[in-house]
Amino acid sequence: MPSLLLQNRPATLWLPEQASTLAPSHDGLFYFIYWLCVVSFVGLMATMTYFVVRYRRRSPDQRTSPLSGSLRLEIVWSIIPAIFLAIVFAWGLKGFVQYQSVPSNAIDIRVVGYKWFWEYRYANGTTLTNDLIVPVNTPVRLIMSSEATSADDPAVLHSFFVPAFRVKRDVLPYRYTVMWFEATQTGEFDVFCTEYCGAGHSKMIGRVIVVEQDEYEDALAPQPWDENVETLAQFGERTFQSNGCTACHSIDGSRMVGPSMAGLYGASRPITGEGQVTADENYLRESIVNPGARIVESYPNAMPTFAGRLTDQQIDGIIAYIQSLQ
Amino acid sequence: MASTVAETPAQSTHVDYLRAKSGIMSWLVTVDHKRIGVMYLFSILFFFLIGGLAALIVRLALYDAVLVDGQVDSILSPDAYNKAFTLHGAIMTFLVLVPSIPAALGNFLLPLQLGAKDVAFPKLNLASFYIYTFGSLFFIGVLIHQQLDTGWTFYTPYSTTSSTSVILATSGAFILGFSSILTGVNFIVTIHKMRAPGLTWNRLPLFVWAAYATSVIQVLATPVIGITMFLLILERTLGIGIFDPALGGDPILFQHFFWFYSHPVVYVMILPAFGVVSELITVHSRKNIFGYSAIAASSVAIAVIGFLVWGHHMFVSGQSGVSAAIFSALTFLVAVPTAIKVFSWIATMYKGSIQLNTPMWYALVFLFLFSIGGLTGIFLGSLATDVHLHDTYYVVAHFHYVMMGGTLIAFIGGMFHWWPKMFGKMYLEPWGKLSALLVFVGFNLTFFTQFVMGTQGMPRRYHAYLEQFQIWHQLSTIGSWILALGLVFAAISLFGSLFRKENCEANPWGAVSLEWHAATPPIEHNFEGTVVCEHGPYEFPEIDHSQGPAHI
Repeated sequence: MPSLLLQNRPATLWLPEQASTLAPSHDGLFYFIYWLCVVSFVGLMATMTYFVVRYRRRSPDQRTSPLSGSLRLEIVWSIIPAIFLAIVFAWGLKGFVQYQSVPSNAIDIRVVGYKWFWEYRYANGTTLTNDLIVPVNTPVRLIMSSEATSADDPAVLHSFFVPAFRVKRDVLPYRYTVMWFEATQTGEFDVFCTEYCGAGHSKMIGRVIVVEQDEYEDALAPQPWDENVETLAQFGERTFQSNGCTACHSIDGSRMVGPSMAGLYGASRPITGEGQVTADENYLRESIVNPGARIVESYPNAMPTFAGRLTDQQIDGIIAYIQSLQ
Repeated sequence: MASTVAETPAQSTHVDYLRAKSGIMSWLVTVDHKRIGVMYLFSILFFFLIGGLAALIVRLALYDAVLVDGQVDSILSPDAYNKAFTLHGAIMTFLVLVPSIPAALGNFLLPLQLGAKDVAFPKLNLASFYIYTFGSLFFIGVLIHQQLDTGWTFYTPYSTTSSTSVILATSGAFILGFSSILTGVNFIVTIHKMRAPGLTWNRLPLFVWAAYATSVIQVLATPVIGITMFLLILERTLGIGIFDPALGGDPILFQHFFWFYSHPVVYVMILPAFGVVSELITVHSRKNIFGYSAIAASSVAIAVIGFLVWGHHMFVSGQSGVSAAIFSALTFLVAVPTAIKVFSWIATMYKGSIQLNTPMWYALVFLFLFSIGGLTGIFLGSLATDVHLHDTYYVVAHFHYVMMGGTLIAFIGGMFHWWPKMFGKMYLEPWGKLSALLVFVGFNLTFFTQFVMGTQGMPRRYHAYLEQFQIWHQLSTIGSWILALGLVFAAISLFGSLFRKENCEANPWGAVSLEWHAATPPIEHNFEGTVVCEHGPYEFPEIDHSQGPAHI
């Protein structure tokens, strides 16, 4: 995975790499609690083990101590944990305030959760899917909400989680939630949906791609097909994978939320309410830009339009890719 | 033995409750709390088996479910997987954990420990058993036949829009709630009104204190889940906007309602386990409990404060930052009495005479696992670290350490401890010890790996995962097989004993609380004549009062 290839501040057994300004302070508290727990646990278990070995029953009439309490000891072992827990609370609150307080110079990006992919809307009109591109060393504010994919399939909760940044926030319909981060290194970092949202929940995975500040504007422009590097079908395959299509469409014939792409090109399919359709270029294009127009029988009207989100060349690529899946 | 009745158990002329009446009808219409307890026990174990099989299926599917280019090759489809984990979670929570100790062991033991002949309302007790049975069969029928994919949490608006049978399933949970409330009311009245002469509040076994605190929560919190489920049904059937934002409702409101019940109910699950462990450690260490009043009072404190911490499930949900801060502070407040209990149990073993039999092994396994469960909760109560860990496998591991490592391990330990009392047969010791060992190893392999996955960022309820998590999933799945084998051994040890010819001793542990003063197994009305309690529940004859003062 890309996130494992980074060189600095590498992942440990317990935590992924640190890639945001919030991560080091989070990890400081994490390891404070961690060592608090390790020391307490080892102490407790060592005492328990010592008692079990030392006071195990050697004879049936072994005498025992009448001890049934000690106010002094009980006060001590109430106050000491209370002090440590108070420290943990205050430290956690401090970190939470930092997580809640968006810097005033942050750039805004709209994030929309669909069943089941992420869409990012930039101020310059660019729309990206699943891969969020942000500049390094710049505070970014995400203004997030959940939207319905179609009139028949209402919006549900999602949650936007970037482990390398140590940030997460639930994403709700008809309401905005806000989250911010400042990436401290370039690279690619996993994005997970962490609020259960149905069949495609585990495929609602994206990446944050952090680029240098001077490359940011260029990175937002869609990358055109380069025929010297790959075929149109290969370009289409990448487009298919990076736009969340795989959450609902299989390429091996198995049934998911939407029809499988395997053997689809040129096939004749029954349409809900109006006979048959042949899956030619025009039908495939229509299904991408106006998916509710002709739904294959027994499938739900659950796909959002990709009109304006994909370039014509990307649509051509996807059609070529589907054509290759015979 | 100081507390006394007219005659000693061995001379009892009555036959035990198992043989006092015969025929299937004598069980189905019984008002004997012991028979009702036994029927609960077998029902709960049956549902535990079903919930456990669902867990094994989920773990098996996760053994190999790596996402490659958005594709996954798994033995379960995403829909089947979602239904399997919902089945597991819903059965284990509503049908197993909530009733496990209170309804099975509690029904059997509470009147015996109080020196009473039955609970205060025996017919109501039978009614709550039938409500439980009806609700369970209804619920499980819906889950298996009609299917449900919302998870046990029913979060809106997913649950208001899911095409699966949410209305029927929530009706099942609604019915089950009544069983819980009725049992709670029954126990509260029994503890207040039915104690034997001399059995003052500070002589109650700690199991009774725990059952009391639990019952209070059940009576106060369960109606809220009933109301919530009812509102969900209204929303789905009549389209009234309560939780669904598309209708003008508020999905966060649902989470508040849901956790207002479901957090206190965590204490309904764990407090009785605390009670069981207090009994196991004292009896098998031959010691008075260390800090009786602290343990009893902390149960009640946990029950009260436990009502005020529900918002810690919602730190990243979009509730206000001020609420989050208050809920975090209250959460740490409830951690202190829990810590006190663990310290007291360990201190109880000091200068004891510790018998390492199966119930004590399970008590030690409990202390190990529950300590991890409790300590890992600190990461989740703390605001900044919860942001990272919320809804990952870390949370899954944490609540399994508390709920399974705590409640179910105590339940199993309690079954071993009171099995002779219930059936008059001694469990098979070697199988029992082997089961404790396998459960310990299997449990840690299954769930400790999930802490690592979770801190690395693995989200919960994922049908498939990225490659970096696979090794942890595989170890976890292997652990689940060892854990299952351990539980099979426990079943062999317990049920195998029923084929023994010889009865066990009347009081094999030399315990001094009142339940051991009844015959083994007890007679139909528990005691002949009136029991008089003359000392505390842990005044063992081995205690050497010449060794020094009881309090230092």
